[in-house]
Amino acid sequence: MIVRKLKLNIRIFVPVLSGFLLCATSAQAMHISEGILPWNWAILWFGVAMPFAAYGLYELKKKSSCDLSYKPLVGLMAAVVFIISCMPVPVPTAGTCSHPCGTAISGILLGPAISVLITAAALLIQALFLAHGGLSTWGADIVSMGVVGSFTGYFVFRVLRAIRINMSAAAFMAGLLADWATYLATSAELALGIKGGSPFLPLFYKIMLAFIPTQLPLGILEGAMTAGMVVLLYKKRPDLLVKMGVLKPTEVTI
Amino acid sequence: MRKQKSEAGSWKKRWRAMIALACVFLPLLYSSAAKAVEKWSGVDESVVEKYAQEQGREAREPFINTNQGDLLLFVFLLAGTIGGFAAGYFWREIVERKDQGGSRVG
Repeated sequence: MIVRKLKLNIRIFVPVLSGFLLCATSAQAMHISEGILPWNWAILWFGVAMPFAAYGLYELKKKSSCDLSYKPLVGLMAAVVFIISCMPVPVPTAGTCSHPCGTAISGILLGPAISVLITAAALLIQALFLAHGGLSTWGADIVSMGVVGSFTGYFVFRVLRAIRINMSAAAFMAGLLADWATYLATSAELALGIKGGSPFLPLFYKIMLAFIPTQLPLGILEGAMTAGMVVLLYKKRPDLLVKMGVLKPTEVTI
Repeated sequence: MRKQKSEAGSWKKRWRAMIALACVFLPLLYSSAAKAVEKWSGVDESVVEKYAQEQGREAREPFINTNQGDLLLFVFLLAGTIGGFAAGYFWREIVERKDQGGSRVG
């Protein structure tokens, strides 16, 4: 029985992972590119991001020393965030490409602080080797994708679960809103950084509106992916979801 | 009767797996076709860099510039391979641990 289940898992996962591998293509990112932000803004966003990443590191050390099953989940989520955030998805309604972020699912499962840490690591590798984002804009990208995405996903999921919304619906909304919030934050960072002498709000609205045709459908995709992953883990390892505080023990049946 | 039911169940599983695969691969085929006509620029170009340029700010070359010909494709393929294998490895770790008698809460 166990062998059959494993075979089924491998049969499904090998092609899905191969699908991810086939996604390898040139960078088409939402990350703010190298050199776009002036140094004062780049340093400010770096300063905002670092305490979150440092707290994430502290949390990771604390939790992984108490629970051995935590490390594989962190490893899985780090790989998922890395792959998803460099996977360009074409949006026919806009004629452009962009990518989901994956921070909602990591925020829900690992907590927002550790999610910020793994996002920072993924963004650093992308900035260094994949011409995807930049080192000077690393802090700003961590804030928009890591901090805003992870915390939005985490809180939306928790609030919806607290008011007894179905788990998959809550995960869907968490993914959707985390994606949109990430791009809202990117618009704000970009407008603040490039506005020069012009007023902030008109430029912010202009950038935000330009993101909408691409991110509106991509947010829905991100919501579906988040819900799918939470449901998959619920089917395979409900005990893990209980351990991570995603579900209450009373909600799990054998 | 039971045999018929279990066969129907396995077909259902196969269909679900096939639909999942189609969902993964069809957008990929579509994306490569889209790229072939150079139409589908990323939002970094169509939004971020466009508005930055309008405001007088240009994107700089990355510190390690892998965006040269097919080098970027190779680096992405390498990153995707490592990421994909890591995800698969950790997924198996998580699922096998349960199958080997990891505690379940009830």
